[in-house]
Amino acid sequence: MSGTAFKTTDVLVVGIGGQGVLTATEVLAEAAIELGYDVKKTEVAGMAQRGGMVTSHLRFGEKVMAPAIAPGSADVMIAFEAAEALRCSPFLRPGGIAIVNTQEVIPPVVSTGLFKYPDDPVGEMRARGVRLLALDAAGIARTLGDPRLANSAMLGAAAEHLPFGADLLLRMILRRFSTKRPELADINARAFEAGRRAVQEQGLAAAG
Amino acid sequence: MNAIRTAPAASRLLLSGNEAIARAVWEAGTAVAAAYPGTPATEILETLAFFPDVDTHWAVNEKVSLEVAIGASLAGARGFCAMKHVGLNVAADALMSQTLAGARGGLVIAVADDVGLSSSQNEQDSRFWGRFAHVPILEPADSQEAYDMTKRAFEISERFEVPVLVRLTTRVCHVKALCTVGERQPHAATGFHLDPNRWVLTPATARRRLPKMFERDQALAAYTEECDLTVELPGEDRKVGFVASGPAALAVREAFPDAPLLKLGMSHPLPIGRIRKLAWAVDTLVVVEEIEPIAENEIRAAGIACHGKDALPRSGELAFDIVRPAVRRLLGEETAPADEAAPPAVFPRPPTMCVGCPHLAPYYVLARMRKNVLISGDIGCYTLGAGHPWNALDTTVCMGASMGIALGIEKGKGAADKDKGVVAVIGDSTFLHMGMQGLLDITYNRGNITVLLLDNRAVGMTGGQDHPGTGRDIRGQEAPKIDFAQLVEALGVKKERIHVVNPYELPVLSRTLRQEMAVPEPSVIITNQPCVLIDRFQKMTPFAVEDDQCNGCSSCLRVGCPAILVSRRETSVAPNGKEKVLNFVTIDTAFCTGCNLCVNTCGPGAIVPAATVSKGDRR
Repeated sequence: MSGTAFKTTDVLVVGIGGQGVLTATEVLAEAAIELGYDVKKTEVAGMAQRGGMVTSHLRFGEKVMAPAIAPGSADVMIAFEAAEALRCSPFLRPGGIAIVNTQEVIPPVVSTGLFKYPDDPVGEMRARGVRLLALDAAGIARTLGDPRLANSAMLGAAAEHLPFGADLLLRMILRRFSTKRPELADINARAFEAGRRAVQEQGLAAAG
Repeated sequence: MNAIRTAPAASRLLLSGNEAIARAVWEAGTAVAAAYPGTPATEILETLAFFPDVDTHWAVNEKVSLEVAIGASLAGARGFCAMKHVGLNVAADALMSQTLAGARGGLVIAVADDVGLSSSQNEQDSRFWGRFAHVPILEPADSQEAYDMTKRAFEISERFEVPVLVRLTTRVCHVKALCTVGERQPHAATGFHLDPNRWVLTPATARRRLPKMFERDQALAAYTEECDLTVELPGEDRKVGFVASGPAALAVREAFPDAPLLKLGMSHPLPIGRIRKLAWAVDTLVVVEEIEPIAENEIRAAGIACHGKDALPRSGELAFDIVRPAVRRLLGEETAPADEAAPPAVFPRPPTMCVGCPHLAPYYVLARMRKNVLISGDIGCYTLGAGHPWNALDTTVCMGASMGIALGIEKGKGAADKDKGVVAVIGDSTFLHMGMQGLLDITYNRGNITVLLLDNRAVGMTGGQDHPGTGRDIRGQEAPKIDFAQLVEALGVKKERIHVVNPYELPVLSRTLRQEMAVPEPSVIITNQPCVLIDRFQKMTPFAVEDDQCNGCSSCLRVGCPAILVSRRETSVAPNGKEKVLNFVTIDTAFCTGCNLCVNTCGPGAIVPAATVSKGDRR
């Protein structure tokens, strides 16, 4: 720890309890460790077991000091739910990038009329100048036959925007299945590839 | 979990602070470890349970967990206990006296402060115990330090014959970071050394122990000046220097990498000499500590000028984005907070009870009789009964308080409340932790209280841990099981006033509660269905809504089950001109547990087994 600034890559993963946010961050952490980085990972999970918001912070670099990402400094945000993406978008640094699942998870406080769900969370983020890539990861997962595949689709979509390289990230995902559920490896690889393709066709140019 | 246990020495693992502490406790050769679950410390003991050579227990409460650890220490073995901040209030009686007698085998207490109150009823600073109990405080900032300091805590405990507190915060317990682990060093128990003048604390013996405790304070004050757990991190910039501890020290180093930092690993006793040296070397000294200005006040008392809470918040985490602007403003480098765009307005996602939770029914029933009842509550998932849509909980203070507070309300209520009954709501584990004594007080003092004992066979809020009422120990092995009906009878509740009820049988629960509230003596109604998140819970056939049968009456929404969703809202006008909002609902069949609760509330019979629904909303 010399008196120089600590340069890190900061990845924020957000969503709703039960969507696989924590697992996705674990995979990213494993990839960073594989590359020899120092890693810190911290969660802010609400008290709800299911349906509450979950934000997971991952920081890696030569040496990581504080575990939590400061507002305005995330390099990448991977958001599993559209309104949570909007809520957490101030964590992105100028020039950072958001990978957003367009799925909307409506909580009871909205469905019973106490609060309103944002009309167009993705549009509102763009209007705020957020550079983002949006995909229907839930739709991809449904097409492939298991809602849990949204996780791999989201990581696939983020793959090109992380300092790992898509191959390493995919290898980390598959490693998780190799011992416990090898039969799920192939379908997860397909979800990863589908997520990656879903954003490849989009440009970031329009974003400000 | 297996990797934490089996990883050989020198392995570098991604561990949470809690996991790192568990590994360190095992490596230290600890014989006995005990805890009562409490966020954010719960996983320490859960992880330790995977190490077969540590006798690991769930204790009934924190006081007992400390007493167990003390006993192990007196036997000459190493003893450990872990708890959340408020747990040490419960354990304080044992701590405040045992500190006079001191420790034999290493005696270490890990205490986790919920800085920022993510899951607690207060935000208290456990470092106060250092001064109060004359014990050293170690303050790790991350997993590696949590591991290193826990091992060292045992050594300090034995060297100075003192209980040692390892003060954690949520950001140490739950942050995962790389940690290099070592090997287990067996530590054989040296045997119970009979010494009644030391271990039997009476006025006469305790008085003789006092000077020894003060000598120990002196020795620790000398040790902290040389202790390598506290480190001087160099910096070229002499405008400002910092004294900081825990995760706040990491934020300071990141925000001011060129400023000298005295990072306190041992924060009680304070190394005043080292602090004085730093103060001489810098223009401005800033103390950055979560939560209370404990070090700051002591530094000032030593005649050293410093800043601290005059510039920094008194509560909550001192993260990078808090510390940097606050100190820059103090130094005059930044005049006002940066002008930022308003954050996006997004609805809240408040914590809810789970789909099919067995606590839903009691609150549904209590909400229906809201005007006629005062409800004292307790600590657990069921505290959520205070919220929407039930609004059926009037007090929550601390573990077990529902009992005594109910008795006090009943005895003290005036004319305004004379027609209201008093109900106490408490969970199984909380009842065993500290509720039993309160119930005994109710029966002994002829209180007219109806107790709802919500037995979901788990410590639910912390993740479904076992306790003496579940029939399983911390490792999931069969264990002696307390019978709640017998227990409350033994505590003086008449047999005919004790009812064990299936909460999903709504009419029975409702009838029983009304009947017992009408009887002017203590009653206990025990609900007997398991937490939906534990392995004992079994899902039944889910339900769905016949779209054309739902009349929008909203009765089912008063259950508060998150699987019931509003699909359409309409306003209807009754013949008398009164407007009424109709909520037409669907059920999220994928999550529905088939508990049947909402079916009981549906007038038109629109809620039917999902397999038989004719069309519409299956998701």
